[in-house]
Amino acid sequence: MIILEDVKKTYSTGAPALNNISLHIEKGEFVFIVGDSGSGKSTLIKLLLRELTPTSGRIIVNHTDVVKLRHRKIPRYRRGLGVVFQDFRLLKDRNVYENVAFAQRVIAVPPRLIRKNVPSVLSLVGLAEKYKSKPRELSGGEQQRVALARAIINDPPILLADEPTGNLDPKNSWEIMKLLDQINHGGTTVLVVTHNREIVNAMRKRVITMKKGVIVSDQKKGGYIDED
Amino acid sequence: MFSLATVATISACVFLFGLFYSVVLNFSNIVRQAQSGVAVTVFFDEGISDEEIQRIGEEIGKRAEVSKLVFVSAEEAWESFKRENLGDYVDSFGDDNPLAEDSNYEIYMNDISMQENLVEYLESLEGVRQVHKSAMVATMLTSVNMLIGYVSMGIILILLAVSIFLISNTVAIGITVRREEIGIMKLIGATDFVVRAPFVFEGIILGLIGASLPLIAIYFIYLRVIEYLSERFAILNSLLQFLSIQEIFSTLVPVALILGVGIGFLGSFTTARKHLRV
Repeated sequence: MIILEDVKKTYSTGAPALNNISLHIEKGEFVFIVGDSGSGKSTLIKLLLRELTPTSGRIIVNHTDVVKLRHRKIPRYRRGLGVVFQDFRLLKDRNVYENVAFAQRVIAVPPRLIRKNVPSVLSLVGLAEKYKSKPRELSGGEQQRVALARAIINDPPILLADEPTGNLDPKNSWEIMKLLDQINHGGTTVLVVTHNREIVNAMRKRVITMKKGVIVSDQKKGGYIDED
Repeated sequence: MFSLATVATISACVFLFGLFYSVVLNFSNIVRQAQSGVAVTVFFDEGISDEEIQRIGEEIGKRAEVSKLVFVSAEEAWESFKRENLGDYVDSFGDDNPLAEDSNYEIYMNDISMQENLVEYLESLEGVRQVHKSAMVATMLTSVNMLIGYVSMGIILILLAVSIFLISNTVAIGITVRREEIGIMKLIGATDFVVRAPFVFEGIILGLIGASLPLIAIYFIYLRVIEYLSERFAILNSLLQFLSIQEIFSTLVPVALILGVGIGFLGSFTTARKHLRV
């Protein structure tokens, strides 16, 4: 499902962000990517989203060669990826329903289907009652659940989560992780970049540890490896 | 807020354009009226027959430059001269006609800039003794008309460039303000068209509104100004004949609307294209 072969990314400053990493993630896997700041985790997510292109190497996602992807084909490629960020990235002037519906509107889903899909996905993340609320009226955990609902409403085969619990308290962090696990059980491949040691150690999923742009560990049912 | 600024900018440009257009069109009309009164006069050789005069007239009438040909007989020329110049002294000439050999053709032209060519041709005709032309008036009117044309073209081009620059800036600010939303759209998989369309649509609508408002203003201002000028300078009414609002608007309305929509489209499309390559 996700294949990286000798992927290298060097920024214009000359600093290497990723140094010849190779990686295979199968369909339906749940993978944690852990590592310190500057280890290359976010660069990896940006490469998968095709926000960046690698300096060298191959990236195959959903049978698509991401490196060779033409600009006009990027939107269709991104529709196969759900994405959640640490800072939620919700539209502050729109309510919960509009934020989730927005993801369907931009890909021209018929309004009739949007009216059916949005309540359904809001129920899944436990926010059916708050569909009229604006983001500022919600807690951090609730905002992240809205972001999650938006990420999965188009039913992507892959979900990328970049520090999804970074701004949340432990209780909300666990709720988000449970939702991600639930989504993964539905068949979606889930890739989570995180610093949350407790969650990584408790969930016993595949853990890829990165350090200074290289993969230093890849454990099937792993835990958080201390840097020192 | 930005939308208001954009509408105001386009309105100002279209208003100036409309104002300038109205002035230029009226001035051109006045110049054209003045030009239509400028004639070349052809005098014939002494003792020429009426048939010869008629033949010359027919040949002149075939020329493309000629819009009207008027034959003035020696008697008519003398009567006109007496009326305009002699006053009480007219009786001293008795029945004599000092202008007996001065029957002539008054030739009015389609375009006064062609006068030189026409005069050259007339002087080459057999039976023609002398050709009188209004060189200074002709040159002056042609020059003024051309000058107005060039100046108006220049000002309109500058206004267009300023309008596109300003709307482009406004759209760029709008894109900056909505950068987060655009970023989310892009990550969700929105196509360039879907992302740009609202900006381009907004630009076109703003252009349309920006063009419509000054047209309404120009309509009322023009009527008031023409009414004022006609009353205030009634003595010049025969010389200054202004165009009706319908004559002005029959071209100004479509041109201004196309201009507004064009500015809105061009400014927003190019800016959206430039800034939305995420």
